[in-house]
Amino acid sequence: MFSAVAAAREYRFPGGFHPRGCEQAKALTSSAPLTPFAPSDRLILPLSQHIGAPGEPLVAKGDPLAVGQVIASIKAYVSAPVHSSVSGTVIDIAPCMLPSGVAVPSVIVQNDYEDRWDPSITADDSPESRTPARLRERIREGGLVGMGGAAFPTAVKLNVPEGHAVDTLLVNGVECEPYLTCDHRSMLERADELIDGATLTRVILGAKRVIFGIETNKPDAIKSVRDAIQRRNIPECTVAELPVRYPQGGEKQLIYAATGRKVPIGSLPVSIGVVVLNVATTIQVSVTLRTGKPFIERAFTVTGRVREPRNLVVRLGTLVSDLVDACGGLQPDAVKLVLGGPMMGVALSRLQIPVTKGSSGVIALGAEDDIPDESPCIHCGRCTRVCPMKLQTTMIDMYVRKRRYEAAKAAGVMNCIECGACAYVCPAKRQLTQMCRVGKRMVPLLVK
Amino acid sequence: MQSITLRGAAGSWNASPSPHLRDNVTTRGLMRDVCVALLPALACGVYFFGWQALRVVIACAVSAVASEYIYQKLAKKTARVNDLSALVTGLLLACNLPPTAPWWLCAVGGAVAIVLIKQIYGGIGQNFFNPALGARAILMISWATQMTTAMAAQPGVMTGVDTVAIATPLAMKYADASPAPFTITQLFLGNIPGMLGETSKLALLAGFAYLLARRVITWHIPVTFIGTVFILFTIKTGVIYALDASGAAESAQQALYQTLSGGLFLGAIFMATDYVTSPIHPWGKAVMGFGCGLILFVIRAFNPAYPEGCSFAILLMNLLTPLINRVFRPRMFGEQPAKPKEVKGGA
Repeated sequence: MFSAVAAAREYRFPGGFHPRGCEQAKALTSSAPLTPFAPSDRLILPLSQHIGAPGEPLVAKGDPLAVGQVIASIKAYVSAPVHSSVSGTVIDIAPCMLPSGVAVPSVIVQNDYEDRWDPSITADDSPESRTPARLRERIREGGLVGMGGAAFPTAVKLNVPEGHAVDTLLVNGVECEPYLTCDHRSMLERADELIDGATLTRVILGAKRVIFGIETNKPDAIKSVRDAIQRRNIPECTVAELPVRYPQGGEKQLIYAATGRKVPIGSLPVSIGVVVLNVATTIQVSVTLRTGKPFIERAFTVTGRVREPRNLVVRLGTLVSDLVDACGGLQPDAVKLVLGGPMMGVALSRLQIPVTKGSSGVIALGAEDDIPDESPCIHCGRCTRVCPMKLQTTMIDMYVRKRRYEAAKAAGVMNCIECGACAYVCPAKRQLTQMCRVGKRMVPLLVK
Repeated sequence: MQSITLRGAAGSWNASPSPHLRDNVTTRGLMRDVCVALLPALACGVYFFGWQALRVVIACAVSAVASEYIYQKLAKKTARVNDLSALVTGLLLACNLPPTAPWWLCAVGGAVAIVLIKQIYGGIGQNFFNPALGARAILMISWATQMTTAMAAQPGVMTGVDTVAIATPLAMKYADASPAPFTITQLFLGNIPGMLGETSKLALLAGFAYLLARRVITWHIPVTFIGTVFILFTIKTGVIYALDASGAAESAQQALYQTLSGGLFLGAIFMATDYVTSPIHPWGKAVMGFGCGLILFVIRAFNPAYPEGCSFAILLMNLLTPLINRVFRPRMFGEQPAKPKEVKGGA
């Protein structure tokens, strides 16, 4: 009944499209169950895996480590601690180059395979009876950050600022990127923890309702979540079945599609009473609040041109190369490696990089996905039609290339969500999204 | 390829900014679609006017493509003949020339379109006039006689040597007033005098359907353009004729005659929809279509000395396109309406 009411009106966010081959790409792993991956010999734990202030190392070379032990402190408010994901010894603390191109101080751990947990980790029998502030503190200590990619500290997101009231928790199960299926599998296999985490989060926020946003290309996930809601009989939870359209997983797009509310330019979702959490993050909330275990592992899709595409549950810090090896290695025709989804992910120069809190998968692409040369803009307007923020990216592209950053700012470059839709549809194959990214970095530096 | 190669410890991998997936649509593919969409109109031109029409098509296409190639070579620019945009210009130019046009006129037209109107402003995407229409205007001014020689349609007669000088339906209409010298069916099928590719509305509509199906263009400009012309002529003729029901039918008939005559369909479907010289925003496109229709109406209705106004209507609106693009900036998702700073635009 509830869902019938929720689905009564369809809100269509502007722009968007359906990436070609999305279904086939997802089919590579959508029936591959989440499989625990045994931690390897050596792990690399970057001390900054989130948006916000970096952490300071709390351990030194040679120190013993337990699973779940805090290895990076948090002093700043917008920050998250990092925990050891295995037991063992600190081999070294050295900078590690992350795919973003930034070298981050990292703790390199030798695994002793004893899986010895930090004794300070304690389970909680009834998190329901704790105060929201206490639960937020547990989430903060657990090092939770958004697992959908942005890696914003969850405890900060759940602390509703003075003067705002949140009535809706929106759980993002859209996973609109082609290839990635780890959220899809989590909704199938961990629906009870998902509902539990959502319910606990709803209490923390003081929200009235929870909406699970799931696209109709995952009917089994919709059913799984609905069944779990029914089993636990939680009338506050509903599932919004959303028509398939990229980038529905974008926060502002999802909020509009599921609730009909628009986030005003320059504001946060909380200003219209909504908080959005990714499926994986919501499950982690349940795990951390009930068992006390911090965020040390996550679901991770290894797919594309690997011999056996799989969904793995991996300890943070595991090298992507170990995961690719566990999937039978790369196919010989793989020419490009992407960390994250093919629309927004980052191309890798090597596989010896650690899985961090925000990474959801690795995709090996073949030569057929090589990007053709750029040619001049023919003003066809496709980028404008497809932009979910209704920007004229071809104008921004021109302004940024001519270094007219004030004009780029006036054209709204700071509101670009970098979803890649404009560059995807461009017949001239222009790097529109990249130019928006350049603009977003340069405008704050150069425009008053 | 845009990607650079990064060398890692265990091999080298391609790298480029995201997105790592791209649509199959290319500039070349879009231009190819326009060429395909023009085929029915070109075929009708050859069918009605004989082999000499084919000669015009080939001369224009060769001249345009060769001009593009030679200019880019001489100017040491990236060779982009493969994007087929010069071929589109050549074919569109042919559609806008009389089937009797001598080969040198075609050659000059192709060169003018590509070099003078497209390349010296920076090549594809940078011109502010539709190249084919700009060239047609220059030819019209320079060689008025050759450009206004119409010939009677001779369906299926492929000799094409005995040119019959004849006035176009619009010119005849001004000369004799009513009754109309051609039936609506003739105007629709295209066995009438006129420019090479403009006579068969049926063929042009087939091309329009193809362009819509392939999502090359949207309906906005052609529909508003043709619709505006039809409505304005209905009003004009209606004022004169419609005192009763049969008068109303008569006025509609007159308006339909105007709508199906001259270069309106060719212009509305293939010329005014040129990406570079038409607005991007749907409302901007509507303004373009309305403006074209209004100017065409004014030229046709109030300037009997110059019955065919389509190309000039479009050229004038081409000039207004940057302004229209500035006015119709889409409001960003979540942008608050009516901010006083709004008018600043793109600076």
